[in-house]
Amino acid sequence: MDTEMRPLIEFQQVCKYYHMGDTTVVAADHISFQIYKGEFVAVVGSSGSGKSTCMNIIGCLDVPSQGTYLLDGKDVGQMNKNQLAEIRNELLGFIFQQYNLLPKLNLLENVEVPLMYAGVNKTDRRQRALAALAQVGLKEKWRHRPAQLSGGQQQRVSIARALAGHPAVILADEPTGALDSKTGREVLALLQELHAAGNTVVLITHDNSIAVQAQRIIRLEDGRVVYDGPSDAPEAVVTPRAAGAKGGAAT
Amino acid sequence: MSILESLELALKNIVSSKTRTLLTMLGIIIGVAAVIVIVGLGNGLEGYVTESFSEMGTNTLTVSVMSRGATRTLEVEDMYDIVEENSQYLDLCSPTASMMGSVKIGSDTTSTSVTGVSEDYLSIKNYDIAKGRNIQYSDILQRGRICVVGAYVDQAYFGGNAIGQTLRVGGTSLTIVGVMEQQSESLEEGGTDDCLFLPYSTASRLSGRISSFVVTVKSEDALDESKTALENALYSFFASDDFYTVVSMAEMLETMTSMIGILVGVLAGIAAISLVVGGIGIMNIMLVSVTERTREIGIRKSLGAKERYIMQQFVIEAAATSALGGVIGILLGYGLSSVATIVVTKVMDASLAVAPTLGAVLLAFGISVGIGVLFGYLPAKKAAALNPIDALHYD
Repeated sequence: MDTEMRPLIEFQQVCKYYHMGDTTVVAADHISFQIYKGEFVAVVGSSGSGKSTCMNIIGCLDVPSQGTYLLDGKDVGQMNKNQLAEIRNELLGFIFQQYNLLPKLNLLENVEVPLMYAGVNKTDRRQRALAALAQVGLKEKWRHRPAQLSGGQQQRVSIARALAGHPAVILADEPTGALDSKTGREVLALLQELHAAGNTVVLITHDNSIAVQAQRIIRLEDGRVVYDGPSDAPEAVVTPRAAGAKGGAAT
Repeated sequence: MSILESLELALKNIVSSKTRTLLTMLGIIIGVAAVIVIVGLGNGLEGYVTESFSEMGTNTLTVSVMSRGATRTLEVEDMYDIVEENSQYLDLCSPTASMMGSVKIGSDTTSTSVTGVSEDYLSIKNYDIAKGRNIQYSDILQRGRICVVGAYVDQAYFGGNAIGQTLRVGGTSLTIVGVMEQQSESLEEGGTDDCLFLPYSTASRLSGRISSFVVTVKSEDALDESKTALENALYSFFASDDFYTVVSMAEMLETMTSMIGILVGVLAGIAAISLVVGGIGIMNIMLVSVTERTREIGIRKSLGAKERYIMQQFVIEAAATSALGGVIGILLGYGLSSVATIVVTKVMDASLAVAPTLGAVLLAFGISVGIGVLFGYLPAKKAAALNPIDALHYD
């Protein structure tokens, strides 16, 4: 980790409010953190902690209500929808809990989608998509439809899709949530490999046992950061307030 | 993402849900086919009418006299005088005394059309004599009991040896002196070749006063002036315009053509409603499709699809669906046109070709694509405007 560099992801007092009728829900309450290139960070929190909001903002699917989010030095909050779409395409690779592959396309075509929106020509697209599929070990199955694969394989395809565009950040939202523990571990191992290869990985999860696989944990609670530090510190996996009552949130 | 890639994507989607696409396209298919067949039918009808009229001669004027109540009666000689006085406009003249009543040939009774005419009639109508001779002026003077028959009569009743034979019209025995050239492609009962012409003087003895004339004009370009001259002459004869009508074939043709045009326009308009309904069908299914594919839209957006790509994809899919419908409709229209040609020819006994015009085909296709774009726009707009976060979590 090169701390001399400017952070890849920087939250400066980011707030997000949702208006539900007359009440205003504070989903993110002055969240600040920085993630540098090459880090493997887990954003952890229980439901309602604001981690989904965080993930949406990091993923440029949403913009802060207040505060500044700098992605690779660019102020995302000032961007219009088209610019956000471009940023998502260029800088971010998404991995979703439900894989979110397009069922009518074969694996290769699925992996090609972000490249298509990036305007990569057909030959290069095919080459890069095949290379990405090879990286997750599914090159020979490129003709298959997602439905013909197991969950773990589908998730690997979605990882290939995230990799194909050579993004600055790989953003994984509960990537093991729909998988059994064995395939879940395989997917995590793959993410760790990617990290080892120099990729920046941000993992969003509610599960401490998953989160500890990362290098660093940012724990959220009620829209605030309650812990930000290495994953091997004992306090990383314990919710300070819930620790006594529930005997730890670790599962 | 290029238009071509969007098109490829659209075609993939169309192919992957064939039944739905077909049902969606049905309105467009029916509309396009209907427009093509109707315009083709109108086209054929117009051609048929034009041909029929030009057979009768577009350089002719038809005069009908209604003598009842008139102070003077217009004799055949008076008509000839009028034509001669206006010889700078008018050329030939022949009375046409259509006779009711049957023709008896041997023991057969036929429905052959019988007309009393002058010696000029056949040249007015551009009919030629194939065998024997035409009616002559002397026949008119002598009220000769002779006649000229059409090719059908010759072939059907006399085996091609009609010359010199006799037949009976209204109780009068007539000797056949001439056989006309065949006019239509096939000889049919009641057709143009099932006819008989006799001297008008003979005919008027059988059926009474002659009240109808056909007059040719010197120049087709001066048809209107010629008609006016004839009308003026008749007006001064009767001192009133209540007792005659002058109709030019060209005018009638024009009237008929414009009537057919209006009819076809109205019918095609009705058929075009089906296109609009088809378009609404496409809009409906596209809206459903947007809802169904909300998640797909969310995924695509999260992967970097800009609004205009999503928009483009849906508009092109709608346009491709309706264009495909248009193509199928065109093929169906051509097919139905051929069938209609056969049916109409058989049923109506007329050589009427239902001929789709290129213009109608292009118009129908253009309209169907236009409808796709138009009615695809709203769903596409809706799809493009979806919030990616909501779309991603849509079930």
